[in-house]
Amino acid sequence: MLTTFVVYLENIPGALNRVASLFRRRGFNIESLTVGQTEKPKVSRMTIAINTDEFGAHRVEANLYKLVNVLKVENITAVPSVFRDLAMFKVSADNESRTQIMRLVDAFRAKIVDVTTDSVIIETTGTEDKIEALFSVLRSYGVLEMVRTGRVAMTRGVTPKIANGSASTKKNGGDDSISHSV
Amino acid sequence: MKKMMTGAQILWEALVREGVTDVFGYPGGAILPAYDAMLEFPIRHILVRHEQGATHMADGYARASGKVGVAVATSGPGATNMVTGIATAMLDSSSIVCITGQVGSKLIGSDAFQETDITGVTLPITKHNYLVTRADEIVETVQEAFYLARSGRPGPVLIDITKDAQQSSCKFEWEPQHRKPLTERPQQSVSDSDYQRAVDLINNAQRPLILAGHGVMLSGAMSTLQAFAEKGAIPVAMTLLGIGGLPASHPLNLGMMGMHGEAWVNSAIQEADLLLAFGMRFDDRVTGNLQNYAPNAHKIHVEIDPAEINKNVKVDVALVDDLHAVLKELLPRVNKDNRSSWWNFINKLKGDSAVRDIQNLPDSGHLYAAHVINDIWRETNGQAVVVTDVGQHQMWEAQYYKHDSPRSLITSGGLGTMGFALPAAIGAKVACPDAEVWVIAGDGGFQMTMAELATIKQEGLDLNIAIINNGYLGMVRQWQEFFYEQRYAATPLVNPDFVKLAEAFDLEAIGVERREDVIPSVKRAREKRGAVLIDFKVEQEDSVYPMVPAGSDLHQMIRRPSPIVETAADA
Repeated sequence: MLTTFVVYLENIPGALNRVASLFRRRGFNIESLTVGQTEKPKVSRMTIAINTDEFGAHRVEANLYKLVNVLKVENITAVPSVFRDLAMFKVSADNESRTQIMRLVDAFRAKIVDVTTDSVIIETTGTEDKIEALFSVLRSYGVLEMVRTGRVAMTRGVTPKIANGSASTKKNGGDDSISHSV
Repeated sequence: MKKMMTGAQILWEALVREGVTDVFGYPGGAILPAYDAMLEFPIRHILVRHEQGATHMADGYARASGKVGVAVATSGPGATNMVTGIATAMLDSSSIVCITGQVGSKLIGSDAFQETDITGVTLPITKHNYLVTRADEIVETVQEAFYLARSGRPGPVLIDITKDAQQSSCKFEWEPQHRKPLTERPQQSVSDSDYQRAVDLINNAQRPLILAGHGVMLSGAMSTLQAFAEKGAIPVAMTLLGIGGLPASHPLNLGMMGMHGEAWVNSAIQEADLLLAFGMRFDDRVTGNLQNYAPNAHKIHVEIDPAEINKNVKVDVALVDDLHAVLKELLPRVNKDNRSSWWNFINKLKGDSAVRDIQNLPDSGHLYAAHVINDIWRETNGQAVVVTDVGQHQMWEAQYYKHDSPRSLITSGGLGTMGFALPAAIGAKVACPDAEVWVIAGDGGFQMTMAELATIKQEGLDLNIAIINNGYLGMVRQWQEFFYEQRYAATPLVNPDFVKLAEAFDLEAIGVERREDVIPSVKRAREKRGAVLIDFKVEQEDSVYPMVPAGSDLHQMIRRPSPIVETAADA
């Protein structure tokens, strides 16, 4: 089962390395991991997608909390959320094929962000499925390069503050006997 | 009043304020400013012979006393030599703080002389680590490091301090509280419904059994555990690191479980209808094949580290909190019971086993390790702090030295680090100068860290060393005998003369080859002020029984053959 975690961590050198090292040494196989800044300058935010079962998800969460620089872990798999992945494709395009490609791009509500005589760059944002679908239809034109950011995620609505409760742990699996101390 | 101090002075001031009185270390270029400043502070520094020794000493110090052990080394090779000791402390949840010098902050990343990325190297084997590049970061870092090392599930923390951070000056400011972490992590106590589920399982269990681990000692739960077990007449099996958590002489204490646990202990676990795992983590050495582990038992796991829950064994109730706190909550709620039919069953299992009743054995002309260890137990009245290495002697010690007090067995369990005993015993002796400390080590492991004999001499430490010398890497030889058709690849040892060796370090030494000489040698070692090494030349091809082969079900043990050591019944 693809499980998505949103992880907040201190924005300091080495914090990303600690998370990556944890996943490597515990044998957790990451599908995708993205990291970037948040609205708070001292806090980075990761979205981690990982294939695991319920017990595995608990272990991932508990192990993440053992890292001192990790501030908060949310398993949002079962929480209504918006998932997005950004992709860019560089596709072969001559005078003949360019129009067809542009039509496809419109149909997918993607964008062409660069045009040269023999190629275009297409940018799209969406779920993994949408990106896979666009990739498969572009293939026949010759995809020269593809780059993807990996999944980023945000829960819908206003989530309660974690500080005085434990909304996240209760939501994902119901084992409220789990507490987290360093 | 805030005064200006160098980073090196600030380091020691902070350590002293954290309660540090003893450190184990080895100087070098990048840590020299700290060593220079050390002379101004009330710190006993024990000069080791290898930095691995320093970490094991800090570990032994921590385990013997419950305080945080401190090891100091320079950058590069000094720091990398600490790796084995740090990993040992990590797997056994031992609270140590390692302080390493680092090259100047401007040189980091340039492959400077004796530069190693030690925070990178130790990242997976520390609870946390720090690279400190400014003097004004030192106080906060030391406070946080000590807090982390001893809080929750204890573990090793490393602080790497650049040379310029030690040399530069800033104002010394001590806030009694460590830095408040930015964390929003959920802190929840165990819910009452979980307690109720646990209590119901316990009160309804016909055949409950407690698995007592290292957490009993770490949380200081010994007396509450005893009261809890007594109230419900619940038998207690010990992990290797749990030994001492309940007196071995206590009638509810079954003894050690697992790969070399006695047959009745493992059989009782397999037959139980409820396992109460207290501060233990279902290591593969205690469970055997997980598929067939205690198949009819409900399981309650009391553990402070949530990452251990459902890791190896899926449990019915998890109480994630300090073990002592949980036991205090459970104690008044469990019913008084005598569980007589369960005890009748266990006592039958006991009677069925091939027990080495070695105390009443006639002298058969052979010197067995079990004799030696049992004699040490009797001569020391079971009151010594015994520090063992890793291998056959470690298991025999666990079987034949009956520990009645907590923190009286110090051994490398999780990592199984050969070479641990001698330096860890030095740490234990420094922590507890009034305790009688014995090293029990094999001839193989002893040679890994025997340079620390010089440390014993230099520090004038009064501890005794028993080498169980069988001329083999005995545990590996045993596996080769059982599982590799007796092909003894690389296990026979050509050893130095340990008596002469000790004498070269100006330590008294005794060689023992006959059973009748065991007790006099132990008596001599105990009388003598200062360290005595005894080289016990024991039967070469003796094996540790019973044994659960790796991956087998816990009750499928290799039992003692027609006993190598005769039982009283045979005589």
